[in-house]
Amino acid sequence: MSRENILAGIKKNQPENRVLPVLTGLNQSTYNPLEQFKTVLQGIGGEAIEVGNYQEIKDIIAKNYQSSDRIITTLPDFGDIAENNWQTEDPHTLENVELCIIRAHFGVAENSALWVTEDILGLRVAPFICQNLAVIIPKNEIEPTMHEAYKRIAMAEYGFGTFIAGPSKTADIEQSLVLGAHGSKSMVVFLVG
Amino acid sequence: MKHSELSVTFNKDEDRVDWHDQTLWWVRQKRDKAAFQLPEWELLRETASQIKHNVLGNLHDYLVQFEANALKNGITVHWAADADEHNRIVHNILSKHGVQKMVKSKSMLTEECHLNDYLAENGIEVIDTDLGERIVQLREEPPSHIVLPAIHLKKEDVGETFHVHLGTEKGNKDPVYLTAAAREHLREKFLTRKAALTGVNFAIAETGEFVVCTNEGNADMGAHLADVHIACMGFEKIIPKREHLGVFLRLLARSATGQPITTYSSHFKKPREGQEMHIVIVDNGRSTQLGREDFRNSLKCIRCGACMNTCPVYRRSGGHSYHNAVAGPIGSILAPNLDMSKNADLPFASTLCGSCTNVCPVKIDIHDQLYKWRQVLVKEGHADPVKKLGMQAMTFTLSHPKVYQNGGKIGRWFMKNTPFLVNNSLNPWYKQRDMPEPPKESFREWYLKNR
Ligand code: SF4
Repeated sequence: MSRENILAGIKKNQPENRVLPVLTGLNQSTYNPLEQFKTVLQGIGGEAIEVGNYQEIKDIIAKNYQSSDRIITTLPDFGDIAENNWQTEDPHTLENVELCIIRAHFGVAENSALWVTEDILGLRVAPFICQNLAVIIPKNEIEPTMHEAYKRIAMAEYGFGTFIAGPSKTADIEQSLVLGAHGSKSMVVFLVG
Repeated sequence: MKHSELSVTFNKDEDRVDWHDQTLWWVRQKRDKAAFQLPEWELLRETASQIKHNVLGNLHDYLVQFEANALKNGITVHWAADADEHNRIVHNILSKHGVQKMVKSKSMLTEECHLNDYLAENGIEVIDTDLGERIVQLREEPPSHIVLPAIHLKKEDVGETFHVHLGTEKGNKDPVYLTAAAREHLREKFLTRKAALTGVNFAIAETGEFVVCTNEGNADMGAHLADVHIACMGFEKIIPKREHLGVFLRLLARSATGQPITTYSSHFKKPREGQEMHIVIVDNGRSTQLGREDFRNSLKCIRCGACMNTCPVYRRSGGHSYHNAVAGPIGSILAPNLDMSKNADLPFASTLCGSCTNVCPVKIDIHDQLYKWRQVLVKEGHADPVKKLGMQAMTFTLSHPKVYQNGGKIGRWFMKNTPFLVNNSLNPWYKQRDMPEPPKESFREWYLKNR
């Protein structure tokens, strides 16, 4: 069997062990995390909106979407403006979703990435297959860099988790940046508090 | 064909070569800008390099640990000694499910193994879903860059390709329009395919999960809609702990395109309910490379592409001239390990200027390794006599630092006084045209000096 041969070959050829480096001093940032998050998000094609409460979010969504648009959410608080009973359906049925509203565990200032896991996505494909994505996080849930982010999720249990930073994009045609490759075409982050 | 002959083809269209050169340099500059924003950048590179060094020394145990954890997570793990076994494993999984059509996101490993051809011969259609890869697939070309697969093409080319294959308007070359057309075209594929194959950027021993990074979201669209997800990885993709992702994800996209992170960094730990998830761990020459003390560092590579974007030879000869799945400086180190005689020309397709080594996020001593390959290849009788001459000059120059410093001046003098000599067959990268005016750039100065 190849497994044994491969592992034996590796064992024979691998160099001597060297200790792992310590991961300290790797965050030398001086920025204000919230401000940095907002600036970077804009730079990568997303939009940050600061709000005081959920009602403000609902008003903004009502202004930008029509009643015929399919809006889904995993947040019970948004059950009055979005479907909240699709999580056990076949993922293909989300094909026609115009807007998906979810929360994130936290955001990361240096790259505007938001950490989300299966339990808050409903279906794994939800934040990818929707045309537009809205993510809600408390303002004070912004970590400065990826190191703090991984400290936070070092022991986390999940089947699937992803960092999402802005709308999907491509520059594969002559390096021209185009938003909306295969995932969501836009991404708005509501910073609450 | 040799790199020098293939670059002649690429060099026929001089404007395009200039454009290619400048575009990649622009990507390199974006990388610089991103790197300079982090005071800890050099420490990050050093840390990443050390983590990878620890990985090389513990590969056996980390792989065993990874496998055990992945199995616990409900993932099926396969081992492939070579490309052929890899292809057969993938084919078997697909056959078992009666799958005849599959979507695939970017995986340089499957390029290395020529999986698409193999599956096509067995009646299975593979759709590449990364936009750049789809473009080159429709044109029946291989990708020319590991991160930017269609970087050798202009928007006119893409417009024409899409007009023929996707029915877009003739003459329309607007990237927004063309991307929208591809989005529609590929959405239908995502929604109808039962199997998806993805690459792996990082596999974590501690947790048995793997991470896939994309900007387009194609890996996720494929994987989360398919009944079967197959992820293929070279065994060097392993890292010890989840926390080490913090280091690598900070470096990867900044080095690749200057972005702070890719849009999606997806962590696949368990199959979703009702789904089957497979991982294929591939050797294909890697354990041999691991045993070559001078070249094992090449296994630290995280495939960011920075060494290509910065390489003066890559920029002016194009990815296809390397006749290998991975082009550019790192490809030129990996390829001779796979087939020494077929790829003996590649370590010579370099000026040894060292720019690759300077940008590499895991601090691989790329240009030193290229130099060492030359020595191995010459010793084993694989070197082409024309380049061998160049190498002897280089060997001489490198061992005489004064000559190195004065190289530009000597080159300039040499060209002014002996134009015929410079512009002859000893100068394979410039075959297509007359040598330019004596230049100011250090690369050309360096280059000329060797002739
Ligand atoms: S060798 Fe270094 S610079 Fe080149 S692709 Fe690999 S990681 Fe990037």
